[in-house]
Amino acid sequence: MIGGTAAIYQMMTTFGHAAETRFDGPPDLSGARKGASVIVLGAGLAGMLAAHELTRAGYKVRILEYQNRAGGRNWSLHGGDTFTEMGGATQNVRFAKGNYLNPGPWRIPHHHRTLLHYCKAFGVALEPFIQFNHNAYVHSTDAFGGAPQRFRSLAADFEGNVAELLGKAIDQKALDTRLTPEDMGRLKEALRGWGMLDEDMRYVKGFRSSSHRGFDLPPGGGVGGAPRPSDLFPFDEVLKSGVWAQMAFFMNDEFQTTMFQPVGGMGKIGEGFARQVGHLITYNAKVTKLHQDRSGVTVTYADTGTGAVAEAKADFCVCTIPLTVLSQIENNLSAKKNAAIQAVPYSNSVKIGLEMRRRFWEQDADIYGGHSFTNQQIGLVSYPNNNFFQDGPAVLLGAFANGAGGYHLAGMTPQERIEVALREGSVFHPASYRKEFLSGASVAWSRVPWVMGCCARWNEETRREHYQELVALEDRVVLAGEHASYVGCWMEGSLLSALDAITRLHKRALEA
Amino acid sequence: MRIHLFAFAVLAAAVAAPSLADEPGPGGSKPPVAKTGEEVYRMYCQACHMADAAGAKGAGAFPALARNERLGTAAYAIYMVENGKGGMPPFRGALTADQVAALITYLRTHFGNDYREPVTAAEVEAMRPR
Repeated sequence: MIGGTAAIYQMMTTFGHAAETRFDGPPDLSGARKGASVIVLGAGLAGMLAAHELTRAGYKVRILEYQNRAGGRNWSLHGGDTFTEMGGATQNVRFAKGNYLNPGPWRIPHHHRTLLHYCKAFGVALEPFIQFNHNAYVHSTDAFGGAPQRFRSLAADFEGNVAELLGKAIDQKALDTRLTPEDMGRLKEALRGWGMLDEDMRYVKGFRSSSHRGFDLPPGGGVGGAPRPSDLFPFDEVLKSGVWAQMAFFMNDEFQTTMFQPVGGMGKIGEGFARQVGHLITYNAKVTKLHQDRSGVTVTYADTGTGAVAEAKADFCVCTIPLTVLSQIENNLSAKKNAAIQAVPYSNSVKIGLEMRRRFWEQDADIYGGHSFTNQQIGLVSYPNNNFFQDGPAVLLGAFANGAGGYHLAGMTPQERIEVALREGSVFHPASYRKEFLSGASVAWSRVPWVMGCCARWNEETRREHYQELVALEDRVVLAGEHASYVGCWMEGSLLSALDAITRLHKRALEA
Repeated sequence: MRIHLFAFAVLAAAVAAPSLADEPGPGGSKPPVAKTGEEVYRMYCQACHMADAAGAKGAGAFPALARNERLGTAAYAIYMVENGKGGMPPFRGALTADQVAALITYLRTHFGNDYREPVTAAEVEAMRPR
């Protein structure tokens, strides 16, 4: 059986199916016809990468962008920035110099090789993103009377109790398994070592359990140096806390350490891309019509400031406009393509940045980066991953909400959102949260004018029905972006989609 | 390996699919439960359609639900809430039939709409796939 699995895996890697990302270098688009032109719609990462590689290949490229900035959802809000959401509410961000909120992408898996490659190529410095912090909190309104507990204590008690129960099951011959007695012995030894059980296979208060869950009095020096072990939690409360879900979350291959973030805010990546192709971008251009025929592609657009309407023509088009918006743009793409464009709903995340006068989570709670999770609407509080130990204000992520909580927060005014974030986040740091609060900023993706949602959410049915139609090159037009990938909601997906799209477009152009 | 010792009462539906997106994680977003139509609107709908149901404009638009003649056809409203289309996400699964019925009844009698006949949960249920 093991041989069979290994053989399948080897076959999959040979065909490139099992690698975590499929990037093995920039595309080779040689032999482009001189003077062939491409219009790219959208100056997010997908559009800018497409423009960059097509330009390098010799195409004449132009980008139309709705916003007055490049980068798309790759974005950071700094002090001095202004953001107006749909419905008209305007926020003036008042963070101190150097502090920021990443409203969209904020962390990069170590195996998102396309993104890492272009960050290096474009001079975007990366630093660690503290994804997994054993010392952060887990809070559930359904456990421990609503008191948050440290992740490490909950996880240790979960594992210890599971190990003890499974050990008992082995002793009672209650396992229906083909394991040999020798295997059973090994399994018991594993349970003892993994779950920090004592010599009698019990999970009990003591040095072993405390070395995972934390001591009541930590080890010290000299006369009084002996540590004092901590009490175990009642297992039923541990189960109610749902900590197993956090443990599983950290095992997800896209949330495993090591993760990265750009130094100075996620927006640095978009800026890096814009350094390559910024001169190709026409800003404030709202696309109103996409039309292709035998002679080429015609894009009609209006200046969002003056309303002046213009046309842009090219031989080919890479359209990275989010489906929420594209579904409202007049076009002569096929009915099947339009059905696909209409079929993919977008998620609705809300992020809230709260600037605090001091780093009380570091100074008072020994938390350096990472996330404290809660089942309240805010979802989590995430601590800054940079400038540890520094005096002065710092911005923490006071909410990353989606689902019902995300809709609820999005429907509020920016002031109301801050109030909810302060109320719900106070559960972790009750003494300091409101006291040290300086200012906040929120982005409800449902109300972001240029995307009207967070990112595309496919399911098995829509994938089956519409995915191939969505990504198919349709004569002279190809769609790209995270929505045209299986790495949805990640920057890597938008880049892989762009590279795939232009590779097919190039092949089509050579055949023309 | 099956374990006989424990009678796990874990429903298959409670086991979340692995996340394939950059998401908050499993803990979050437990808002108050909306009961009345107005509460459902405030909680779920005004995020896009706005507090006054006037809709909003950006690169595209969220339609106004105020003075919206399409609400005169209850089945259309049920279909859109349940299944979504384009920028409108589907809410079947997120909302109960009772909540959908209360919401549409509320919308049909507020924001300048005047379609007095209430929408029932049975009507919503009838449109759900068996």
